[in-house]
Amino acid sequence: MPFRRVAVVGAGMTRFMRRALETPKELAFYATRMALDSCELTLKDIDGVILGSAPDAFDGVHRKGEYLIDGAGAFRKPVMRGYVGGGTGVWAVIQGWYHVASGLFDTVLVVCEEKMSSCYPHPQGAFNAIFDHTLERPLGTNLLWIFALEMHRYMATYGITERDIALVSVKNKRNGLDHPCSHVAGNITVDDVLQSEVMAWPVKRLDVSPTSDGAVALVMACEEKARRITHKPVWVEGIGWCLDTSYWTNRDLAYPVYVEKAARMAYKMAGIVDPRKQIDIVEPYDPFDYKELHHLEGLGFARRGEAPDLIASGVANRDGDLPVTPSGGLLGVGNPIAAAGLMKVAEIFWQLRGEAGKRQVPGKPRRGLAQAWGDLMQVGTVVVLGI
Amino acid sequence: MPLRWTVNEFRGTPLRESDIPEGRVLSVRWDPNARYAWDAGIAIGRFLQGLKEGRILGVHCPSCRRTVVPPRIVCENCFRPLTQWVPLQDTGTVQTVSVCYVNWDASRRREPEFPAVIALDGASPGCGILHILGEVTPQTVRVGLRVRALWKPPQERTGAITDICYFRPL
Ligand SMILES: [Zn+2]
Repeated sequence: MPFRRVAVVGAGMTRFMRRALETPKELAFYATRMALDSCELTLKDIDGVILGSAPDAFDGVHRKGEYLIDGAGAFRKPVMRGYVGGGTGVWAVIQGWYHVASGLFDTVLVVCEEKMSSCYPHPQGAFNAIFDHTLERPLGTNLLWIFALEMHRYMATYGITERDIALVSVKNKRNGLDHPCSHVAGNITVDDVLQSEVMAWPVKRLDVSPTSDGAVALVMACEEKARRITHKPVWVEGIGWCLDTSYWTNRDLAYPVYVEKAARMAYKMAGIVDPRKQIDIVEPYDPFDYKELHHLEGLGFARRGEAPDLIASGVANRDGDLPVTPSGGLLGVGNPIAAAGLMKVAEIFWQLRGEAGKRQVPGKPRRGLAQAWGDLMQVGTVVVLGI
Repeated sequence: MPLRWTVNEFRGTPLRESDIPEGRVLSVRWDPNARYAWDAGIAIGRFLQGLKEGRILGVHCPSCRRTVVPPRIVCENCFRPLTQWVPLQDTGTVQTVSVCYVNWDASRRREPEFPAVIALDGASPGCGILHILGEVTPQTVRVGLRVRALWKPPQERTGAITDICYFRPL
C-alpha cells in the first residue's frame, strides 16, 4: 500500500441538542478543544484542518466553512471543507485520512458541526431544496417522501414488516440512554413506535431521528506522531466512498448499491473478506430505523432482506455477537447531520480504546466500522478502524 | 490524563422551544430575499414541451439499450450523448408509494397525499418518475398498482410536471 498509516488519536464532542444556545463557532470550539485536550495537543501541533458541515441554508451563513474556522482551530492553517450531505461526517474522516496518508501533513483536526435549529420554523424548508426544482418540487415535495418511498420499497421487496423495523428504533433509543450527549434516548417499546403518529406511511414519528445542534471533532496523526501522542492509537484500516446517480427514480430503492461499493473499497484496503466475522462493532447511519437495516445489508453484514434477523435475535444488541449502533446513533443520541456521522467514528474510537463508559461493548472489540449516507439517497461513506 | 468521560465534560446549553419566541434568549431574525427562476435546460425543456402536448417523452441509449425518463442529454452509464427521443405510454406501475400526512414545513394535512415512483410503460424496467396518485385510499395503494396519467385539459397545460394532475388506477 503506497500510503502512510494513519491513526485517530483524540476525540471530543458537545451534547446534541434540539436547539443550542451556542453559535456554530462556539459548538465547534467545545468539541475541538475537547479533542485536543483528550490527546494533550495544542493548535501548534496541528498541520491542517478538515471541516464538515451540511448546507449553508441551515445556518443562513453563506460561507459556513470559513465562518467556522476560528472555532475549529483552523485560522491561518490549510483548511478544507467537504460536503456530501448526510455522508459528510464520515467523508470528513476520509479527507483527514488522505491528507495524512499522502504525507502532506502529520496531524489534522477533523471538525464537524451542525446547527439546524437556526432555520425557522423548521429545517425542512432547507431540506426541501434537495428535490429537482423543475420536475419534483412543483409536486409539493417534503423530505419525508424519499424516506417513506424507500422504506416502503424495502418492505415490499423483502416482505419486511413495520414491526421488524421498529425494533431498530427501540434498540437505538435504549442504547442512547447511556450516552451523556443524547437528547432523544428513551425506553420505548415496539408498540410505541407502531402507535406513534403516522407522518408519511410507513414512516411514523418514532421511526425518525430528530433535527439537532452539535459538534464532534477528531485528531488524526501519522504513525510516527500517533505513537508519541498516545499509547492507544486507533488505526484507519480502510476507507471507501461512492455516489450513485441522482436520477433516483430510476434506481431500485430496495438496496443501496452505492453503500456496497463504498464498503467493498474499504474492505479491500483493510483486507476484509468476511465483514460479519472480521468486524466486531458497526455504527451504520440510522437517520431512520429502516436505514440501519438497509445499510447492514449494503455493508455485507446480512444478505438482502435479512438484516431484521440481526436485530430480532439480539445479535445487534450491545452485548450481542455483532453490536450495532452501541452509541445510540442518530435515533438515540441525535442527528446534527455531519456531526452525527463523525460521532459514529468517535464511538468506534472510544469503543476500541475501552473508553465508552456505560456504552462499552464487552469482549475487547478490535475492529469497528462507521458509515454515513446522504443526499438524494445516493451517498455511501465508510471507515474501518482497528487496534 | 484520565479519559473518563462524564456528563459534565460534554458541553452545550440546550434551549427550550419557547425560549426564542418568548424572548428568554436574545435572537435576531432574517427573511432572505432570495428568489429563483430555473430554465428547464435542453432535455427537460423538451420533456416539458411534450407534457404540454400530452405526451411523455423518454430518451433511448443505443449503447446500453436503456430508455430512460426523465430525459437527459447524456447517458450516465455510457457517457455518450442521447439523441433518440421516444414517446412513452402514459400508463405505468407503482414501484413504491407513501401515504403522507405532513407538509413541507412539518404542518399536518387533514387528507393524506400519495407520492409515488411510477415506472412508465415504454421505458426500461424500473425506470420511473416521481408523481402523485389520485382516486386512491390508504387501503388501495400498493406496490405493483397499475396506473394511468390524468391530464389537465390542453388549454390549461403550461409545460410543467403538473400538466399531469395525478396518476389513477387503470
Ligand atoms: Zn447508455
